[in-house]
Parts: sequence; structure tokens; C-alpha cells
Amino acid sequence: MAELHLNGVRKVYAGGVEAIRGVDLEAEDGEFVVIVGPSGCGKSTLLRMVAGLERTSEGEIRIGERVVNDLEPAQRDIAMVFQNYALYPHMSVFRNMAYGLNNQGRPKEEILERVQRAARMLQLEGLLERKPRQLSGGQRQRVAMGRALVRDPKVFLFDEPLSNLDAKLRVQMRVEIKALQRGLGTTAMYVTHDQVEAMTLADRLVVMNGGVAEQIGRPLDIYQRPATRFVAGFIGSPSMNFLTAAVAADGRSLELPGELRVPLSARAGPTAGRQVTVGVRPEHLHLSPGSGPRLTLSVGLIELLGAETVVYGHPAGHEEAVTLRVQGVPEVTEGQDLELGLDPAHVHLFDARTGRSLSHPDDGGAV
Amino acid sequence: MQKRVGFDRWALPYLLVLPQLAVTLVFFIWPASEALWQSMLRQDPFGLSTEFVWFENFVELFHDPAYLHSFGRTIVFSASTTFLSMVVSLLMAVAADRVMRGANTYKTLLIWPYAVAPAIAGVLWWFIFNPSIGIVAYALSVLGVDWNHYNNGAQAMLLVVIAAAWKQISYNFIFFLAGLQAIPRSLIEAAAIDAAGPVKRFWTVVFPLLSPTTFFLLVINVVYSFFETFGIVHATTSGGPAAATEILVYKVYKDGFIGLDLGSSAAQSVILMAIVISLTVVQFRYIERRVAY
Repeated sequence: MAELHLNGVRKVYAGGVEAIRGVDLEAEDGEFVVIVGPSGCGKSTLLRMVAGLERTSEGEIRIGERVVNDLEPAQRDIAMVFQNYALYPHMSVFRNMAYGLNNQGRPKEEILERVQRAARMLQLEGLLERKPRQLSGGQRQRVAMGRALVRDPKVFLFDEPLSNLDAKLRVQMRVEIKALQRGLGTTAMYVTHDQVEAMTLADRLVVMNGGVAEQIGRPLDIYQRPATRFVAGFIGSPSMNFLTAAVAADGRSLELPGELRVPLSARAGPTAGRQVTVGVRPEHLHLSPGSGPRLTLSVGLIELLGAETVVYGHPAGHEEAVTLRVQGVPEVTEGQDLELGLDPAHVHLFDARTGRSLSHPDDGGAV
Repeated sequence: MQKRVGFDRWALPYLLVLPQLAVTLVFFIWPASEALWQSMLRQDPFGLSTEFVWFENFVELFHDPAYLHSFGRTIVFSASTTFLSMVVSLLMAVAADRVMRGANTYKTLLIWPYAVAPAIAGVLWWFIFNPSIGIVAYALSVLGVDWNHYNNGAQAMLLVVIAAAWKQISYNFIFFLAGLQAIPRSLIEAAAIDAAGPVKRFWTVVFPLLSPTTFFLLVINVVYSFFETFGIVHATTSGGPAAATEILVYKVYKDGFIGLDLGSSAAQSVILMAIVISLTVVQFRYIERRVAY
């Protein structure tokens, strides 16, 4: 068990491509860190650098008290779960799990005991003599976890471990991973592109984009106070609605196309005439408009999910499509015009040029 | 839901396989049956009288010390050639698998020897090792080794083994390289994290995963060294000295075309045919079951 520190970590490939452009990250002992981002954002590269599978071009990676930059993967005391499980196909489940311990030269009895304990934890007891190809996807996933578990490492590394499973199993394994990690109290770093996994698993969430950590924080903080437009759009499903607007001449309200005016709270304070992006989450648009600002939406597609309904449409006078999310099954039909209420307290403002949040300028990671 | 494609008229399918059947018939079934028939005949050198002797030719062969000697030589030759060509090509494939820059040039160059005809390969090595003009023979003499495969049977065997293995290395190399590249990178990485050093990784993960390729090549190489090395032996040592490199295929030729003992020669080819058939059966059996894992 150990803390994990990343300090100004950069990765530059031989061709000059910069995959990681300076990431600072601290994970406390026992913390579950999730790195989320679109494909190509560098999240897997970052994980592989911690694992020692990629060289770190610059900066420092520390596990516990040790700087591990120049250590081989085997010396870093980490265990990794791969996306495709990477089980050794010619070895039985037992030998797969025992392989690392064997290589460390542990005594036979200890290996047996550790593997059996891990197998009990993961309900693999009856399968120890099977070959990986005789297992289902979920069982293989468990063996991959078991292989990491028996090593009793300082840090667990997960590289999109659930993306090869079907949706139902994914939910189940997600819960199991979280429970296991809690129980063991081992620091974990988990890479995913699935924001539900990110939100549910993380003690500390890192949203990456273009080789940079756009925001680091607790999942709910990130959801409620996104530091950039990218984070706001990436976290949350359906994703946040964005509308372009300008700050009115008096600096106290926003002017949106379609005669829409939204009062500005005092703390935001962008200068008059400035171009901004207004972000509103789909659940913060109301079907029963009160006295506040209103938005007229001509309804397009409607998705009925039972517990909630997602309505897509175009607001009058706007280029952008708008998504609305309501509880239950509202009485809405396609082609209808809807009057929507907009709660100014839930409006996020972003600089139209830089994408930085104007509502929560103090939040955010190493941008 | 699978729909089998059928033919409306019965003649078409036969017509479609006809060329293949014709080729097999003309180039395999016919000569093979001729050989079978010949192997039970005994003829005088001038072909004036022919006698049907049943299996006497075979019985005689297995009582002939020269034939048994040739069998022994073939096994030594075949085992050495297979071992040498497979080990060297595996080493090269492992090296090539790690190469990033110029990998294609390297691979292309390694494939070239396969395009060299066996007889030419034999002549090539004959020149290199020639006791009077060969460069390697000269180098060896500088080192104090007296190289003369004209009177040293072990050296002659070494020469044909090297020449035969050299030609097969490129073929093996391609298969080994493909096999290595088919192993998922994440497996190697998992092994690296599991504290296995490069050598241990190779023997516990890479080599077992290569085993289907290795087995396939083993059969191919044995078949090659048994049957396709006539040209090499003929061009380098002509089976000599004192029949030290007289492998079975070479003896077939020598007894049949030089000794003019057609019956015995035919019987020898029938035995060789039986060996090929059994090797092929073994191969298909195992390939279907996919060795190892």
C-alpha cells in the first residue's frame, strides 16, 4: 500500500508527438483514482508509464517513497489488469495466478495459500485447473483480477478492464472491483472511457483531454463544477447543452438569440460584450417554467426510458440542438413546441475562446 | 439457418474437380503405382528378362547393411538439418521481432536463400568449403583445422547439413516471425509485470505459444531433409566419401540410375513414400488438435 505521485509527467515519442503534456497527480494511500477521457487523450499511456511499460520522458513518478522512473515493471511492485485480460493461454487458472509469485521465488505453500485465498474471494475455486479458453468472459476477467490480487502489490493498475464484457456483467464487475479495492485498501489507478464507471468507482477523478489533465477532483465536484467546457460536455449523460451568448452591455445579464435573457450572478462577473458559452445540463431544464427565463423548444426525437425521458429539440433562434431530461413519462409529442424554464443558478458559463469556466474559475487541475 | 449450396446438375461438380483429379492421377497415382509394381519385379541390367518376385526386394533391403547404413545416415542428417535450421531461424526471428528500423529490408534479405535452387545452394557451399579453393576451408586451415570433406565422412556430413539447413532457414524464419508477431503484446507485458526476465519470458510464455508453429515446421523440415535434399547432396558430396552422406533419396537415385537395380530402387521409393504418408498423417492429426493449448 502506498501513495502515488505524478509530478510534471510528460511523454514525448521519438517522432516528436507529445502524448502526455505535463500531468500532476497525487493519490493518497488506498485511494481509487479513475482517469477518464476520450480515446487518444493519453490516459492509457499515462497508466502504462506508471506500470513501466512506457518510458517517462520527463517528470517524476513516485510510488510510496520510491521514484520508479527507471525501474523495470517487475521492480515497481504494481499489478495490472489488461483490457483483453492477457491471460497466459497455455497455463491453467492456478498457474496463471501463481506465475508472478513463482517468479519471485516464493515458497510453494505460500503460493498455494495465496492463490486459494484469492480464488475464494473471486469465486474461482472450482475453476483452478481450467485453461483460460474454457472460461466465460466474466470468469476470465476474474482470473485477471486474481492474478493482480495474489501479488499483494502497492498499486493496482486497471486498463479499461470492463470494456470487453457485456453491459450487465460490466455493472456487476464494477461493483465487485469497488468492493474488493475497498476491502483490501490498496491504491488503484483505473483507466476508462466510460463515464458511469468513472463516476461510480472514483474517489478521485481525472478528466484527461489531449494529453492534459483538464480537471482533477471528486466525481461529484467535477459534475457540479466543471472547470472547462470539455469537462462539462464529457461528464454527464446525456451531455450538457451549450448555447452561445454575449454578456449584455450592463454586465448583469446574458443575451442569447431568441430574445432570451438570463440574469448573471454577481460572482461570475465577465465583462460586458464578451462572447461566452452557456452550459445547462439536460436535467436543469424544466417543463413547467416559473417566473425565470424561458426557452422555446421545437421537439424532435423523444427517447422513452421508463424511469426518465430524453427529449431532443431545437430552440427557436439557436443553431445548437438542446437535450432535455425529465423524470417519468411526460406528455410530449414530436413536433410540438415546448416552453422550458431555465434556472439561472444552474447555468455554467465558459469563455467562448479558451473554454475555461467563468462560473468556477478557481476549480480545476493542472490546466 | 445455414444454407448449403448445391448443384442442380450432377455433372458440374465432377467437371470442377476434374483438373485436380487429372493432375493427381497423372503426376501421383500413375507413377506411384508404377513404382509399386516395379518394386515387386526383378530385372536384369539390360531389361531383357523380368521376373515377379513379390516382396523379395523389400526383404533384401532390410537385410542389406548398406541400406541400413543409409537409413542411419538419413536420420543423422535429417535430425541435424532440422535442428540447425530451426534453431538458427528462431534466433533470427526473435531478433527480427525486436527490430524496428529497417525491419522490412532485413526480412527481405533473409528470404532470398529460399529462392536459390537446391543444386545451386549445394554448389555454393561446395565452393565455400572446397579444400583447395574454398574460403572457409582456408580459414579453417589457418585455425589449424584440416578440412577435407573428400576423405572425412563427418566433415562431409557437416557440409551437407549446413548447406541443407541454410536453404531452409528463410522458410522457417518467416513462419517463426509470423508466429511471434501473432503473440499479443499484452501477454509479454503481463509477464514483464509478473517479474519474468526476458529469458524466462521467452521459455515460459513465448516458446509455449509458438508450439503450433514449431510443430508444423518440425514436420515440414523433416520432410524437406528426407526428400528435397537430393540436389544438395548430389552437388556437394555425391553421397561420399564411403557413403557417409548417402541418404535415402540419394541411394534411390544411385541404385536405380547408376546401379540399374530398378526393382530395389523402386522398393526404396515405396518405403520413402510410406514415410511421407505417415508424416503427413501425424501432421494433420496434430494440426487439427492444435498442439499445446
